[in-house]
Amino acid sequence: MNHHQKTAAEAAAYFGRFGGKFVPELLIPPLTELEEAMRTIMVSEEFRNELALLLRDYVGRPSPLYRCPNLSRELGFDLFLKREDLNHTGAHKVNNTIGQALLTKYMGKPVLLAETGAGQHGVATATAAAMMGLECIVYMGAKDVVRQSHNVLRMELLGAKVMPVESGTKTLKDATNAALRHWIAEQETTHYCLGSVVGPHPFPTLVRDLQAVIGREIRAQSLDQAGGLPDYVVACVGGGSNAIGAFYEFVNDESVKLVGVEAAGSGEPGCFSSASINLGTPGVLHGSLTMLLQTKEGQILPSHSVAPGLDYPGVGPEHAWLHESGRGLYASVNDDQAIEAFNTLCRKEGIIPALESSHALAWVLSNRDSIPAGSRVVVNLSGRGDKDLGIVEEIIAARREDA
Amino acid sequence: MAQSRLEQRIRAANAAGRKALIPFLPGGYPERGRFWNEITALDEAGADIIEIGVPFSDPVADGPVVEEASLACIESGVCLEWILRELMTRRSRIRAEIVLMGYMNPFYQYGLQRFAADAAEAGVAGIIIPDVPLEEASEFRTELDKVDIALIPLIGLNTPRERMEQYAAVSSGFVYLVSVLGITGARDSLPEKVRGKLAEAREAFDLPLALGFGIKTPAQLEPFAEHLDAVVFGSALIQHIREGKDAADFMQRWR
Repeated sequence: MNHHQKTAAEAAAYFGRFGGKFVPELLIPPLTELEEAMRTIMVSEEFRNELALLLRDYVGRPSPLYRCPNLSRELGFDLFLKREDLNHTGAHKVNNTIGQALLTKYMGKPVLLAETGAGQHGVATATAAAMMGLECIVYMGAKDVVRQSHNVLRMELLGAKVMPVESGTKTLKDATNAALRHWIAEQETTHYCLGSVVGPHPFPTLVRDLQAVIGREIRAQSLDQAGGLPDYVVACVGGGSNAIGAFYEFVNDESVKLVGVEAAGSGEPGCFSSASINLGTPGVLHGSLTMLLQTKEGQILPSHSVAPGLDYPGVGPEHAWLHESGRGLYASVNDDQAIEAFNTLCRKEGIIPALESSHALAWVLSNRDSIPAGSRVVVNLSGRGDKDLGIVEEIIAARREDA
Repeated sequence: MAQSRLEQRIRAANAAGRKALIPFLPGGYPERGRFWNEITALDEAGADIIEIGVPFSDPVADGPVVEEASLACIESGVCLEWILRELMTRRSRIRAEIVLMGYMNPFYQYGLQRFAADAAEAGVAGIIIPDVPLEEASEFRTELDKVDIALIPLIGLNTPRERMEQYAAVSSGFVYLVSVLGITGARDSLPEKVRGKLAEAREAFDLPLALGFGIKTPAQLEPFAEHLDAVVFGSALIQHIREGKDAADFMQRWR
């Protein structure tokens, strides 16, 4: 953590003071093996060509950059959606899992291991594993198994083995602990396909590099369709993989404002939230030093968001750094604001967004007055909302009762 | 490097013709009041070093038995500060050396410098932090070196020889060899690979070698006895206490 004493290789694991490799010694060999695979396999022409073809023909890339005609007229600036919801499996997650599954195949390992909260990453991993002929094991908190039963069924149909986790809070962080333990024991045959830009080095870099395709496409499409770079790129942040994917290409373009939107839960003081940058403090969890929701004694707090994919008490270390360095603006919106944005997009544009992405849209709608007229605003629509209909249905029913 | 208190203690047990015994209990287990009685009992029953667990909400290297015990301790309000404060008032009455074992985050929140000072005052001889490998240890080690507290290296069955040598260059106390490629928890037998890894560690380190993770009975150790100086047991001891028995009685079979 003191960078003056670090070698170049060690420093590469850090973003500013965040990041690192805080794992049991037993995980160092597979992490070293993965770094080596990134250095040799991922840069090879053969790998890159095969991945590019898969992204085009299987995932359906490039995803469109869509200018919302109705909302743009109302808002007085150009609102674009990067349509990651149109990818195979319905979210950005597949960019990462296809890449890691292909890498796993090249590394000669037969098993793909994953953790999942909402089930989206689990489904995307199970999909990639089925396609590549790999065995797939997915850890999922027991509570999430119940809440996301459709995604459990999807994973099982795709041939994955879903392992419910009964320990701790029975949610994503406990599924992550369980997956890490499994990896310790089965590292020789298994690649751990981490689902976000979190965890020990090199995962935050690996997942970012696989998601950076989003921002590269936004750049080309914005220049082509709108005649210039975006003024704002806005994305929701849980672990932060869709956001870093959208941001990374623009980090050196100071004119492009990067806005990460965290989930504030109900927004009441003291409520559980998932706003680790806005409401957290630096600490070590799941292999990296980053911003965490925790007690002053260092115990990790339960997180909450109406969007299951944001429900995690930490955030990718590169986001913690973009925030600390001032390059990124990190805001938060609450559950109600996200639901309102969800409804707005459904009604005005005929698109049902994921509740996660609805947070990003909610920030734009809440800040419409401070965004200059004529701006080009890109919201990364990281996933589609079909998976969230059960949650939305409950909210509508609860509101009817209150009324 | 001069012999640390931990090393001296293990060598003394070996000189007396036995392996040093290192029982592990999570701080505050099974209850806050009873915990220190169990520590005293372990001490009186012949523990050479006692490992006190600092509870953490997300113990990645631990199995279900230790995790459940740790979570119960957190529920009852145990934290690093409580352990150190209580230890300060009791340390002079405990003969065994004290080692703390815990994950990085609670130490990080406490403040590494403040921890080193308070742990020294509480008479702590060493610490074990499973999620701090060689790459992340230098800053913490600098603070601990100042107060002569050992940062004990964990070595796995998959740790290459050259990494052992890197650890050997900076480590003190003893070497903790993890007996399985997995998490804590008592097992019926240990992998054959342990013997070779212990032999390799014997060559790489000048420090005593302790074996831990998955150890339930003295018989398990027989195949490895020649390369072994100390033994750590945790899950089996916790299970024993959970069955309503006391810690001292568990120690009998090891003496």
